[in-house]
Amino acid sequence: MANSVASIERGKLDRGLTFRERIDPARRITLLAAGAVIALVLMLLVFIAFNGVQIFTASGFSFDAIFNATWNPDSTTAQSFGILPFIAGTVGVMVVAAIIATPLSVGLAIFMAEVAPDWARSVAQPAMEVFVGIPSVVWGWLGITVLVPFLRDDLHGIGFTLGFSWFAGSIVLSLMILPTITSITFDVITSIPAELRSASVALGTTRWQTIRHVVIPAGAAGIMTAIVLGMMRAAGEALAVQMVIGNRGVMPTSLADPMSTLTSEITLDVGNTVAGEPWNQVLWTMGLVLLLMSFGFVLLVRRLGRRRALG
Amino acid sequence: MKRTLYADTIATGALWAIAILVVTILGAIILHFLFASVGTISLGFLFGDPSDTSVGGIGPLLWNSIYILVLTLLLTVPLGILGGIYMAEYAGQGPIPNMIRLSQELISSVPSIVVGLFGLALFVNATHWSFTALGGALALSIFNLPLMTRLTEQALRAVPRDERDGSLALGTTKWQTIRHVVLPLAVPGIVTGVILTAGRIFGEAAALLFTSGVATPPHYDYLDFSLGDPRSPWSPFHAATTLSVYIWKLNSEGLGTFVRQISDAAAAVLVIMVLLFNLGARWLGRVLQRRVTGAR
Repeated sequence: MANSVASIERGKLDRGLTFRERIDPARRITLLAAGAVIALVLMLLVFIAFNGVQIFTASGFSFDAIFNATWNPDSTTAQSFGILPFIAGTVGVMVVAAIIATPLSVGLAIFMAEVAPDWARSVAQPAMEVFVGIPSVVWGWLGITVLVPFLRDDLHGIGFTLGFSWFAGSIVLSLMILPTITSITFDVITSIPAELRSASVALGTTRWQTIRHVVIPAGAAGIMTAIVLGMMRAAGEALAVQMVIGNRGVMPTSLADPMSTLTSEITLDVGNTVAGEPWNQVLWTMGLVLLLMSFGFVLLVRRLGRRRALG
Repeated sequence: MKRTLYADTIATGALWAIAILVVTILGAIILHFLFASVGTISLGFLFGDPSDTSVGGIGPLLWNSIYILVLTLLLTVPLGILGGIYMAEYAGQGPIPNMIRLSQELISSVPSIVVGLFGLALFVNATHWSFTALGGALALSIFNLPLMTRLTEQALRAVPRDERDGSLALGTTKWQTIRHVVLPLAVPGIVTGVILTAGRIFGEAAALLFTSGVATPPHYDYLDFSLGDPRSPWSPFHAATTLSVYIWKLNSEGLGTFVRQISDAAAAVLVIMVLLFNLGARWLGRVLQRRVTGAR
């Protein structure tokens, strides 16, 4: 009991640990297990960064030679290792995927939280769990065998030919991030206090008015967080995208054209290049860019979370 | 007034339409694979060796997927449970718990292909192991460890405070309370979470391409327990292409008459496994919940 009281007080007053708590072996061992993740982050950062800067330090490329738009790694006369096409490709598929997925997932989350009768919710919720579990290669394979033939053959009449393309990659990704955005948005909406809804309904509003003017504004920061987390997943997804995007290292100009992303280029070429050569080194630089991008997303999500807590 | 009601009806209809669309897509995907794999999936396919001249089988690949899954769980579950105990029972607020939480979020954000690169540098090159099942499992452990920690923490936090106070009031130490009261009550939650996570590990491929390799496995001798032999599927140091990696490899090479048939059936196996993991988690979670709470 003394223990329990002490821990309540510590939570409130932040008094620090008692001597007995400090030497408690269970506390120390579990701390070690929980703290291992800090070491993992540092190791990951050090290893990827060390290999990612080799192209500049060991091979002597300038910053401009890497951050430019010309990717021509196997040419003997005009060899160039510009990674901007891949960065643009990653951002491109990520944004289009989010544009497609957001209305569907936010709509589905609102449906599950506000509209669905119990039976519909008990269908939709397990469906989301299965959805999120479908492996990346299965999505990629579906893209190759179902989506791309559909785009190429059945949508032929709409003016341009689609096949392995920016658009195909975005569609596949939008389905992959749909359960991510949906489940987080659902959590956000269900955690909005019921009083807000009651106050709105008491004014005689319809359900849709309450959703539009109360629920969505109250959950806005949380829904933004959900979309950002969805985009983060899209940016990091490798195999499904690689299988449908066409893999051409050029700056993306049209949704109908093949292009490439950071992840798909790494996936394809790490096994085909020799360690220590510039082509291999630049793949690590792409990995470093991806790592820093995802860390950036985490910080963004944390900012949004703070605003959510304040607002 | 009329317009307001009209808008409400339209919006409700649209939300229903979205939900039906999404569930239909999922249903269509599952049915697609069931139909596409009928006639291919057989015992010979599930347990046979891959072949260039016929449909062959996926036996060794399925074995490797399960092997790496088990190895990953062995590495991450105990450590994750210990870490989760710290986060739920000891941590409170402070700079160290905050740093752990930030690190967990950072690791979860790292794309799995980047984890694969890291694994290549550390578990393949630096250790001179080359491509191994252990290297693959270690790479998967990197992003599963924080997941397991989080999931244990949440399961422990869901245990009502009264249970702890009741135990402490009997004069037990904090550890005795955790070990004999809190942890058993959290077991259903932890088990459900572990199985759902296992479903994801099973399908993961990107982190394995550069760590456990993409080579077509040799014929495994399942009775060969000598750990140095590449034909022994029991050694953590055997190169271990998994089922999902195999699907990717078949398609990146794009050759062979049977690619379509094999990939359809292999993808169907993956989807069925995901369904089984989901159903299994739900079922086992319910059974355990009933046991620990004594409810009928």
